[in-house]
Amino acid sequence: MLFSESVFATRFGISRQDLESHLAEALSQGGDYADLYFEYLLTSSISIDESIVKSAAQGVSMGVGVRVLSGERTGYAYSDDLSPEKIRKAAHVAACIAAGPSKIDKFSLQEGRRHDLYPVLTAPTETAFKERVELVRRADRAARAYDSRIFQVQAVYADNLRYVMVATSDGVLTLDRQPLARLSVVALARENGGPPQRGHAGGGGRVELSFFENEKTPEHFAREAAREALVMLGAVEAPAGEMTVVLGPGWPGILLHEAVGHGLEADFNRKKVSAFTDRIGQKVASELCTVIDDGTIGSRRGSLNVDDEGHPTQRNVLIENGILRGYLQDRLSSSLMGSEPTGSGRRESYEHIPMPRMTNTFMLAGESEPEDIIRSVPKGLYCVSFGGGQVDITNGNFVFSASESYLIEDGKVTRPVRNATLIGNGPEALKYVSMVGNDLRLDEGIGVCGKENQHVPVGVGIPTIRIDRMTVGGTA
Amino acid sequence: MSANHLLELALDVVKRALASGATDAECTVAEGEEFSANVRLRELESLKEAGSRGAGVRILVGTKTGSSSTSDLSPEGIERLVKSAIELADVTNEDPHAGLPEPGEMGTVSGDLRLFSSDVAELETERKIAAAKSAEEAALSADPRIFNSEGASFDTHIGRHVFANSRGFAAEYRTSYCSLSAVPVARDGESMERDYWDSLARGFAGLEAPEQVGREAARRALRRLHPVKVETQKVPVVFDPRVARGLLGSIFEAVHGMSVYRHQSFLAGKLGEKVASDQMTVIDDGTIPGLFGTSPFDDEGVPSRRTVVIERGVLKNYLLNCYAARKLGMKTTGNASRGLTGNAGIGHGNFYLEKGVKRPEQILAAIPNGFYVTQVQGFGVNVVTGDYSQGASGLWIRNGELAFPVSEVTIAANLKEMLLGLDEIGTDLEFRGSVAAPTLKVGEMTVGGK
Repeated sequence: MLFSESVFATRFGISRQDLESHLAEALSQGGDYADLYFEYLLTSSISIDESIVKSAAQGVSMGVGVRVLSGERTGYAYSDDLSPEKIRKAAHVAACIAAGPSKIDKFSLQEGRRHDLYPVLTAPTETAFKERVELVRRADRAARAYDSRIFQVQAVYADNLRYVMVATSDGVLTLDRQPLARLSVVALARENGGPPQRGHAGGGGRVELSFFENEKTPEHFAREAAREALVMLGAVEAPAGEMTVVLGPGWPGILLHEAVGHGLEADFNRKKVSAFTDRIGQKVASELCTVIDDGTIGSRRGSLNVDDEGHPTQRNVLIENGILRGYLQDRLSSSLMGSEPTGSGRRESYEHIPMPRMTNTFMLAGESEPEDIIRSVPKGLYCVSFGGGQVDITNGNFVFSASESYLIEDGKVTRPVRNATLIGNGPEALKYVSMVGNDLRLDEGIGVCGKENQHVPVGVGIPTIRIDRMTVGGTA
Repeated sequence: MSANHLLELALDVVKRALASGATDAECTVAEGEEFSANVRLRELESLKEAGSRGAGVRILVGTKTGSSSTSDLSPEGIERLVKSAIELADVTNEDPHAGLPEPGEMGTVSGDLRLFSSDVAELETERKIAAAKSAEEAALSADPRIFNSEGASFDTHIGRHVFANSRGFAAEYRTSYCSLSAVPVARDGESMERDYWDSLARGFAGLEAPEQVGREAARRALRRLHPVKVETQKVPVVFDPRVARGLLGSIFEAVHGMSVYRHQSFLAGKLGEKVASDQMTVIDDGTIPGLFGTSPFDDEGVPSRRTVVIERGVLKNYLLNCYAARKLGMKTTGNASRGLTGNAGIGHGNFYLEKGVKRPEQILAAIPNGFYVTQVQGFGVNVVTGDYSQGASGLWIRNGELAFPVSEVTIAANLKEMLLGLDEIGTDLEFRGSVAAPTLKVGEMTVGGK
């Protein structure tokens, strides 16, 4: 993608000279570094409820964020008007974080390196609404057809197409076009007038619309949601207290996101407020555990060609055979810690200051057969799907809420149990991983991660694992 | 842009929509200015300042709807906005319940609701930074064990909200708020804990003193040091007001009209029934001057009002917008809520649990063995079934007193039983946000631990 062909040059008439002069303005008070983050975002969503397509919406927003770094300080301003005067004004406001004469007077921007992880010709956002509306109609029909006990279905399809451009005072100019699509389905089941139960499924990625035809169809997600709701009709009380927990493959990888991922974000470690602070090189998990954060997996929801600071994403080893190896870095923390950026600087939009974030976080496969892992547990809980999770990075306590789980009795998966939250401590929990399956799976593409009120799409993955000790928050 | 200008813009969008084939239209325009200063370890860490605006339109063609939004308020941007909403009505279905409020339903609350305080806009940057510095300083100097800080922040927001529709409604209001917060980190030996405290107000004058914010944050962080994981057991659980607010949030989700008509709530179909203990009265009131859930009209142009949700344990009303009201054969309660675009959802005004008769100390004093929860973690509340299971930390209650800190445990029960078993309510109701609750006690929950 060339700057001269980008939407910023063609539609908004922004020139290289403009960018260079805005950066000079941003550093006019003596800051060490400045960047401009331009965003042009198209969004669409369609929803069906009671078999009626009740809503279809589209939106367009644009803006630029100007950031100035001066030592540990950050100045930030943004504008939703891309005229040169308004950008210059924002640059002037951001510049005020520094105090002194300008140290840099000339920039020459060169286009930077980036991956090509989502070579999507026509983004879903660019297709006809008539095609996309079929996805929610099909999901609705399939969920209802799955079983007569399904009595409510809602499906939401949403996509966006984000054009970004980052220009930095290091002289790097990067452009990216980021498509993203997601279909999610909620089904409610009821039996003999009893209380309803809910099931949920969804997925997508940085894909073309044909993904929902060739790879994961609306019927696939609909049946999953309906199946989960039906399973829950037979759920018994969840157990309470410490026990052996087996996590199924895929989405339960949210464990890694909460237990170790957030605690390894460099900002918390630079400030020494994370439970993982100063623990690099120490054992924080059993030797069976190798945890990766990889922003370079093709078409994945959590992947990016470049991060939101214009740095190419990469594969980062967080934990290797149980030993803590590294943090997720952004520009500010890496320069203050004397380390390299890891392509982890992300932000929700031009209105937000970037910070270290995860991309796709997963555990490498081990050697155990999943059946053997379940067979090894005399009494425990088998969790296959989760709602959200949360962590207190300072004391390391994390939770994640099981939405589909089963009792394991004498090595066999038996009855489904009601929703229960699992709780553990980040630097301790993975030390109890005693078996890792050979069935690594990534989630289907629905994750959203929130940090300091900024939400970004992420992915997780995990093989079947056995954790010998974890606290389960049931009532029985 | 001036108030008049934005109101004209909204009316113009409505007019254009009707001229383009819409049978009804509604337009929201929002404008905001935000400021944020963070200090950390006595130094300024970041400053952020900016303004933005946007417009959204929802149109009906008969009973089919389409919506769009834009941050491009140029004439071309507005033209595209209207055109794309009209196009979208083509892909949606006829929905007999869709539509705008009836003429008699629209209007605004009269009188000054005190949503805007000019001192927020006039405040100098230096004073905002100084307030954050004072709050952090008070936390850092509270105790030698406060060894670090995630900082303190001073944030302000000034907004203007405009709404117009094709049934003749057009009005606007301004809002302001400022907030001060501190997040100190305490350490003692191997144990490290953080906590926060904040104060929110419509105007600068309404904020708690920075020193008070910092000291309270420090007190909360310090009392969490060296926590114990207790044995799994069933005990009475006391929620401090901050955590009780979260429980009220779950009750709101359960009386949310959209969840009710979809049978996605354990309170669906229970109007007039006893769903909570006799002591429990829950109110939604969007008209209390100066509070955070207050507004003159909702996002469909219906006046805000006071609605009794639960009265002495009996479920009296759901919270509704026009759509949910039509689905349920009821009248809107003026609780429509939306962003710039899309069909209206449902929000709350000031949603609160009326205060009880006992001071928090009196509630604790009567408990021989129990758990005082000061923080919950996670998303383990299912309003379809009422199943409640959250991570929790707090202090253990022994013989009526707070004995030692507890963490890495869960609390679980079903909301149906929790509401019926809510047997003590404190006198300490404070509006620190748009959801408020005093200290409350639930007779029995399962604490999951060792």
